[in-house]
Amino acid sequence: MTARVLIRPKEGILDPSGQAVERALTSLGFQGVSEVKVGRLVELEVDDPARVPEMCERLLANPLIEDYEVVVLEDVAG
Amino acid sequence: MTFGVLRFPGSCDEVDALLACRRFADAELIWHGDRDLGGVDAVVVPGGFSYGDYLRAGAIARFSPAMEAVADFAHAGGPVLGICNGFQVLCEAGLLPGALLPNESLRFVCRQVDVEVVNADTPFTRTSRPGDVLSIPVKHTTGRYYAPGVTLEELEANGQVLLRYAAGQNPNGSLRNIAGVCNQGRNVMGLMPHPEHAVDPLTGSADGGVLFASLAAHVEALVATA
Repeated sequence: MTARVLIRPKEGILDPSGQAVERALTSLGFQGVSEVKVGRLVELEVDDPARVPEMCERLLANPLIEDYEVVVLEDVAG
Repeated sequence: MTFGVLRFPGSCDEVDALLACRRFADAELIWHGDRDLGGVDAVVVPGGFSYGDYLRAGAIARFSPAMEAVADFAHAGGPVLGICNGFQVLCEAGLLPGALLPNESLRFVCRQVDVEVVNADTPFTRTSRPGDVLSIPVKHTTGRYYAPGVTLEELEANGQVLLRYAAGQNPNGSLRNIAGVCNQGRNVMGLMPHPEHAVDPLTGSADGGVLFASLAAHVEALVATA
């Protein structure tokens, strides 16, 4: 089964990378863009998706500075 | 007294750290795959890009066999000094509070900075005095010290902030200008500046020697009272 882990900076922690992207978008003429956050995507094949949150806590994310979200994709191929 | 300096794939400051240690005591390298620290008296986790800094700086290195041994050594009270990437590794390992985030400027910074000794009553700073200003270089992209507000208050109250960037010299946006912290037991310290690059006047400053001299004096004092 495919699990997708989305990792982003925790709310309230300065994200200079997000700010830089936001400024760049604005300077390209895209109006109405705000709260840009830049994070990471980790995609993995796992037998037991129930174990992914533990993987996030121990390695994939640093819970002190990052929030994570696990999305399990249905096995469309069957 | 013997220092052990870890070497990970991707370390790049371990030889300078080794030579800095040897100005004050014996020192040897410890390969990241070794689970045995060989009876060293103090451990230095050096700077560099351990395991390519993949995922997050220090995130993979903390699971190496040598780091497992270092965690046991630290829990038993052994002194451990983490420099730059070593600081990141010790934070990831939970041996130090907080985390290092990308510099506020998003730029790699490489410059000489002044850091002030805040607490001189530790194994890492005992040959200095509070208020001493040390000229030491920084060189990093991920050096912005962060800890939640409650943790910062505890660090200040417990005397765990050991070094602070001098006014106007914070190179990375670290909260409260923190350049170096220790754990509650005061036997694990991490700092972003590189004291191992400042041990010879030839390179502009020998102020970094304070940390290695302090550790050597600490261990020798322990041996003398044992």
